[in-house]
Amino acid sequence: MSQDFDLYRPSEEHNMLRDAIRSLAEAKIAPYAAAIDEEARFPQEALDALVANDLHAVHVPEEYGGAGADALATVIVIEEVARVCVSSSLIPAVNKLGSLPVILSGSEELKKKYMTPLAQGEGMFSYCLSEPDAGSDAAGMKTKAVRDGEDWILDGVKRWITNAGVSDYYTVMAVTDPTKRSKGISAFVVEKSDEGVSFGAPEKKLGIKGSPTREVYLDNVRIPADRMIGKEGTGFATAMQTLDHTRITIAAQALGVAQGALDYAKGYVQERKQFGKPIADFQGIQFMLADMAMKISAARALTYQAAAASERGDKDLTFQGAAAKCFASDVAMEVTTDAVQLLGGYGYTRDYPVERMMRDAKITQIYEGTNQVQRIVMARNLP
Amino acid sequence: MAEVLVYVDHVDGAVRRPTLELLTLARRIGEPVAVALGSNAEKTASTLAGHGALRVLTHEASEYADYLVVPKVDALQAAVEAVSPAAVLIPSSAEGKEIAARLALRIGSGIITDAVDVEAGDEGPVATQSVFAASFTTTSRVSKGTPVITVKPNSAAVEAAPAVGAVEALNVSFSDQTTGTKVTSRTPRESTGRPELTEAAIVVSGGRGVNGVENFAIIEALADSLGAAVGASRAAVDAGWYPHTNQVGQTGKSVSPQLYIASGISGAIQHRAGMQTSKTIVAINKDAEAPIFELADYGVVGDLFDVVPALTEEVKTRKG
Amino acid sequence: MKYVPDATGDRHFADDLTVDRDDVDGLLSELDEYAVEQALQISENTGDDVEITALTIGPENAKDALRKALSMGADKAVHVEDDDLHGTDAIGTSLVLAKAIEKAGYDLVVSGMASTDGTMGVVPALVAERLGVPQVTLLSEVSVEDGTVKGRRDGDTATEYLEAQLPAIVSVTDQSGEARYPSFKGIMAAKKKPVISWDLSDLDIDAKEIGLEQAHTSVESAAQRPARATGTVVKDEGEGGKQLAEFLASQKFI
Repeated sequence: MSQDFDLYRPSEEHNMLRDAIRSLAEAKIAPYAAAIDEEARFPQEALDALVANDLHAVHVPEEYGGAGADALATVIVIEEVARVCVSSSLIPAVNKLGSLPVILSGSEELKKKYMTPLAQGEGMFSYCLSEPDAGSDAAGMKTKAVRDGEDWILDGVKRWITNAGVSDYYTVMAVTDPTKRSKGISAFVVEKSDEGVSFGAPEKKLGIKGSPTREVYLDNVRIPADRMIGKEGTGFATAMQTLDHTRITIAAQALGVAQGALDYAKGYVQERKQFGKPIADFQGIQFMLADMAMKISAARALTYQAAAASERGDKDLTFQGAAAKCFASDVAMEVTTDAVQLLGGYGYTRDYPVERMMRDAKITQIYEGTNQVQRIVMARNLP
Repeated sequence: MAEVLVYVDHVDGAVRRPTLELLTLARRIGEPVAVALGSNAEKTASTLAGHGALRVLTHEASEYADYLVVPKVDALQAAVEAVSPAAVLIPSSAEGKEIAARLALRIGSGIITDAVDVEAGDEGPVATQSVFAASFTTTSRVSKGTPVITVKPNSAAVEAAPAVGAVEALNVSFSDQTTGTKVTSRTPRESTGRPELTEAAIVVSGGRGVNGVENFAIIEALADSLGAAVGASRAAVDAGWYPHTNQVGQTGKSVSPQLYIASGISGAIQHRAGMQTSKTIVAINKDAEAPIFELADYGVVGDLFDVVPALTEEVKTRKG
Repeated sequence: MKYVPDATGDRHFADDLTVDRDDVDGLLSELDEYAVEQALQISENTGDDVEITALTIGPENAKDALRKALSMGADKAVHVEDDDLHGTDAIGTSLVLAKAIEKAGYDLVVSGMASTDGTMGVVPALVAERLGVPQVTLLSEVSVEDGTVKGRRDGDTATEYLEAQLPAIVSVTDQSGEARYPSFKGIMAAKKKPVISWDLSDLDIDAKEIGLEQAHTSVESAAQRPARATGTVVKDEGEGGKQLAEFLASQKFI
C-alpha cells in the first residue's frame, strides 16, 4: 500500500480550495439562501462574497487577470456553492457558460476586451441560445443577424436566459444564413447597454427562484462586426463545443445540492426521536441514507472524471460530460426527494431547507440540454 | 502561618469584586498579604482589611499607568522576594493572566490559570479547574516553585473578615523591560451602572430572538430589575445589536454567575462554552427543541417579548 | 528585509483533556487566522519588502495549518515537531516558540489570542518575557510604521492605545478584522513556498526542558462532570413570566 498513489483523488490543492469555499459558502451565502428563495430576489450577498474572493469566474485564464483555475477546481467552486444555495451557484456556472464561447473561439482582442472585466468582477456573462420555439431543437432558432456595413443588426427573442438583466455581457447565437441550419448560425457578444436590448418579466419558477430567468429582446440591435465570436457560421459549433464543457458544471450543481440535502438529512435523523430513539437507528432510514450516499459517490466520480476530461480535452469528452450531467441530475432529484421524505412533515415546510433543495434540483434535469437530449448525445457518442 | 500574596485589581482605589473573592481563598491557605499598585493604591487598604488582608503592600508610580503589564510583574516579583509566600493569587482577567505568567516564568514557578476553587493541600494549594467543553473537572497543584494561580470570578464568596490590613510600602526597582510598551492613551469604559459581566452574580443575556437593537431594552430592563449584568450571544453582537464587550461565548467572555438567564438564545456550542458552568441557568425561547433547554434548570417555551417583560414586572412587584 | 513570523496554533495534549473543538486535525484555528490576516495587512500597508513566516509547533498534521497560512499569503513556513514535545505546558511551549522565533529571525511576531478562557492566552506574554522584547497584546487594531507598532487594546475597564518599538510580540483578537479566504491563486502559489522543519535539537533545546516530565504543574485528579440534568420546562400560556418569577424566588434570587 502506498499513500502516494495519486490517481482517483483530487489533489491537496483541490481539497484546500473546497475547504475555503465551503467556509465562505456557509458564512456568506447560506444565511441568505432561504430568503432569496422566499423573496425570489437576486443573491446579491453571494455575488459580493464571490467577487470579493475571486470565486465568481475562476475559469478565466490568468492572462486576462483571472484565476486560471482548471475544470475540476471550477466544478468544486460550483458544487460547494450549490450545496448551500443552488440559485447562487448559477453565478459561477453561467459566468463560465456565457464566456466560454469567447474563450474557445473568440479573437484575442475580443477575449481581452471581455474576459478582463469578467475576471475583475465588473460584469457578468449570460448565454442566449434558446428561444420560445427552439429549446431542444436549438438549431431551429429564428433570431437573425443581418450585415449592415461595418455592423451586424440582431433581431429576435431569446428565452430562459439566466441572470438576464443583471449580466452586462451576453453571448447570443443568431442566424446569419437562413439557407443553412446549424452551419448558418453565428455567435456574438451583445452588451446590456447596446441600444435595442431589453428584458422580459422574470419567470415564476418552481425552483432556483433567486436566479432571474428572463426573455432577452433584441430589437434591431446594432453591434460592430468585431463582436462576432469566431468565423461566421461557426456559432452553433462553438455552442456545442461549449456545452461539452459546461454540462459538467450542471453536474456540479446537482452534486452540490444532493450533498447538501444528504448532509442536512443525516443531521436531522440523529436528532429526531420517535418510538423512544433517534430515527437514525431504524434500518429503513439507514438504507435510505446508504442509497443516497452511494448515488452521490457515483455521481461525483463521474463528474470529476468528466472534469478531468474537459481539462485535457479528451476525445470522449462529449460522452463523459453528457453522462455526468444526466446521471448527477437524476441523482440530485432522487436524493433531494428522499431528503424531504426523511424529514417527513417538517421536510415539507419552508422552515427546513430540503423542500427548496428538491425544487432547485429539478431544473438540473432540464436545462443545458434536457436529460432526453443528453441521451441522444450519449447514443451518438458511445465510447 | 505562611503568607499568601494576593494581587489587587483596583481602579483608583476602588477594589474590584474578584479580588475580594481571592482573599477568601487566600485565607484557606495562609495569611493574605495584598499587593496594590498604582494611583490611589493606599485607598484600597480599608476594604482589603475588612476582607482578611493582614498586610497591604503598596507602591505608587506613574509606570503602572504608563506602561503595559511589565511594571506590575516587576512589583510582584519584588513582593515575592520580600514575602516568600506560600502562593500568589491573581484574578483571572486577561491582564491578570499575563502578569501571572510572566511572574511565574521569572521566579521559575509553575502557573495554574482559571482556577475555580483553591483548597489547602498537604503538598501545597490545590486548584480546581473546569476543563473547557466542561466535561471534566480537574484538580492540580504546582510542583515547582511558588505556586502562581489565577482565579476566575465567581469562584468564592466574598466574606467579611476583619483583619489588621497594615499598609507598608513595597520597594520596587523597575526592570529594563518595564518601559517596553507605552500606553499612549486610556479611555475608561463608560460605566453603565451595571455590574461588570464576568464578575456579576446574575447575568441576563439576549440572542438572535431579540431581533433588533431597540429590543434589547427589554433585556436591559430585566437585568436592571435584578441588578444584573447584560450579556449577548455572538449572533446578536454580529448583527450589531449589542457591543462585543458584552458577548458571552467561545469568542467572547466566559461567565459563571449564580444565575444566567438566556432569552432568545438557541444554546449552540459557541455560546454554551461561555456560560455552561453557571450555577443556575434559566432559558426563554420560542423553539421547544432549542439546545439551551438541555442545560436549563428552568425553561419557558414562549415568546420572549411576552415572557421577559412579564418576568420583569413580577420581579419589580416582589422586590417592592 | 523585514521578517514577520506569525506564531500560529501550537498544540499540546494533556492526558485527561478532551480535544478542543477548534483544534481538530491541525486545522489553522479560527483565532490564528486573525493573526495571519493582520500580518498580511501590515505587509500590504508597509512600503518595504516584508516577508511573512508562519510558525507552528505540533505533530505532522500541523502542516495543514501552515499550508493554510501560506495559501492566505504567508511567504514561508516553519514547522517545529518533536515527539518529546508531547504534554508540554504553556511555560515549556513559550521556550520552544522563543527559540524558534529567534532562529527564524524577526522584527515582529503576530499571534492569535485564545479566548480569555484558555492558557494559550498567556503564551505571547511569556514569549515576550523570554525574548526581552515588548509585548503588545490583545489588540483589536494594529499597525506598523517606521519601526513602531501601535495598537488598540479593549480591556475590561478601559480601552488603551499602545505603542512599542520593534522588535516586539503582538497578539490580535477576533475583533481585529475578518480573515481572508484563500484564493485559488493563493492555494496554487502555496505549493511552491518553502516549509522548513525543525526538531528540538535544531533549536538547542534539551528534552529535559520540556514535555510532560518537566511540567511545572501536576494534575491530581480528573472527574467527569455529571451532565446537567434538564430541569423543568414549561410552555408559556400567559403565565410564563409569573412561573419563572416563582422559580427565581424559590432559589432565593428575588
